[in-house]
Amino acid sequence: MATGRLVEVYLDLLSQPCRAVHILLTCTKIPFEWTLVLASLVCAGEHRTLDFTKLNPMQKVPVMVDDGFVLTESDAILKYLATKYDVPEHWYPRQPERRARVDEYTAWHHTNTRPHAAKVFILEVLLPAQSGSLVDEARLNRALSDLDDTLDKLESMFLRRQPFLCGDDITVADLLAACELTQPLGGGRDVLKERPQLQRWRSRVQSAVGEAFDKAHGVLYALRDRRRLKHFNRK
Amino acid sequence: MATGRLVEVYLDLLSQPCRAVHILLTCTKIPHRVRTMALRKGEHRTLDFTKLNPMQKVPVMVDDGFVLTESDAILKYLATKYDVPEHWYPRQPERRARVDEYTAWHHTNTRPMGFCDGSAPARLNRALSDLDDTLDKLESMFLRRQPFLCGDDITVADLLAACELTQPLGGGRDVLKERPQLQRWRSRVQSAVGEAFDKAHGVLYALRDRRRARL
Repeated sequence: MATGRLVEVYLDLLSQPCRAVHILLTCTKIPFEWTLVLASLVCAGEHRTLDFTKLNPMQKVPVMVDDGFVLTESDAILKYLATKYDVPEHWYPRQPERRARVDEYTAWHHTNTRPHAAKVFILEVLLPAQSGSLVDEARLNRALSDLDDTLDKLESMFLRRQPFLCGDDITVADLLAACELTQPLGGGRDVLKERPQLQRWRSRVQSAVGEAFDKAHGVLYALRDRRRLKHFNRK
Repeated sequence: MATGRLVEVYLDLLSQPCRAVHILLTCTKIPHRVRTMALRKGEHRTLDFTKLNPMQKVPVMVDDGFVLTESDAILKYLATKYDVPEHWYPRQPERRARVDEYTAWHHTNTRPMGFCDGSAPARLNRALSDLDDTLDKLESMFLRRQPFLCGDDITVADLLAACELTQPLGGGRDVLKERPQLQRWRSRVQSAVGEAFDKAHGVLYALRDRRRARL
């Protein structure tokens, strides 16, 4: 590892997986440099410009570049960073059974937490902002019901008898889940409002990562606050 | 590791991720026992199975009391815990990251293509229209200048992808028919795993043949 070398990451902090990467980097103090990429909500896809496409033909964020090694997919980035750099082992434990629990959650995350939480935000904030239309209440109710099901499973399975999703200590799995579940806050909705067990878990995550949590969420909170202001000004 | 202990796996070989696990176990000769499940008969909803896996999904692995779900996790755990050739899930961080990158991408890109088998008519159209895009990306990104999805040698990523792409065969559809580059990759995968490939696909081929016979 060359002295003074910085990991480069391209992040859109309105993107849930990007926030997870930002939090891990901040928490673990891995020297990094990040470029803010702004996605569709604010302006027309800056990450679709030519330079960015050359770097990442899939036009996704987050992207990591470490000494010329280009990596996409937040799962892979988080696990690579936790492996390659000198970080506390709890982030991605080495013991096979404990590691498998993290891999189990991150796989499940893709087809459960991620799509269901994202859908609520997309229907309540993104689509109306892009098209100027009203929220499709029927679709939103279905999305909220799917999310409820996911939250039930998080509580009854992953958080059954343990303080974090994969065991006694925080892992990259908790970062991915926590950042996904904050997304609907952008539309003023706290999906954990009626969920004391998950709220306690969220508090534990926030305690474990300290100010890194709010640092990563600044853009999302600002969006929420702007929307509140617009709402009040209309009255 | 207790002598003579067998890894137990609960598999329905009509399920793509189950076939990937089956192939790895067969190929690597990890001592194992397969408990066959038939999802179409609702066997995943029995009380006993639900106790084992409240998510009521397959595959499930039980290794000396350790219960694990999600094929990604199972494949990576087996490749880590047992004495298998390192290429399946390389240890070097950059090479390992490539496999993790593919398996993450797989969930939202390759996996939904399984619906091209027509098993869920409501999702068929969407699956078919996304199919070309996904196959394009597999060819132009993962297989660009390398024989396997994550490098020069076969990994668990290739097993997951190959088993997903065979699924539409059950409905009589070869999604790689017009794709020579992917066909060559598929042949390399089949060569690398030998008879384990057809062994895992027996049930699917039988389904295809029964359907053909009915036409």
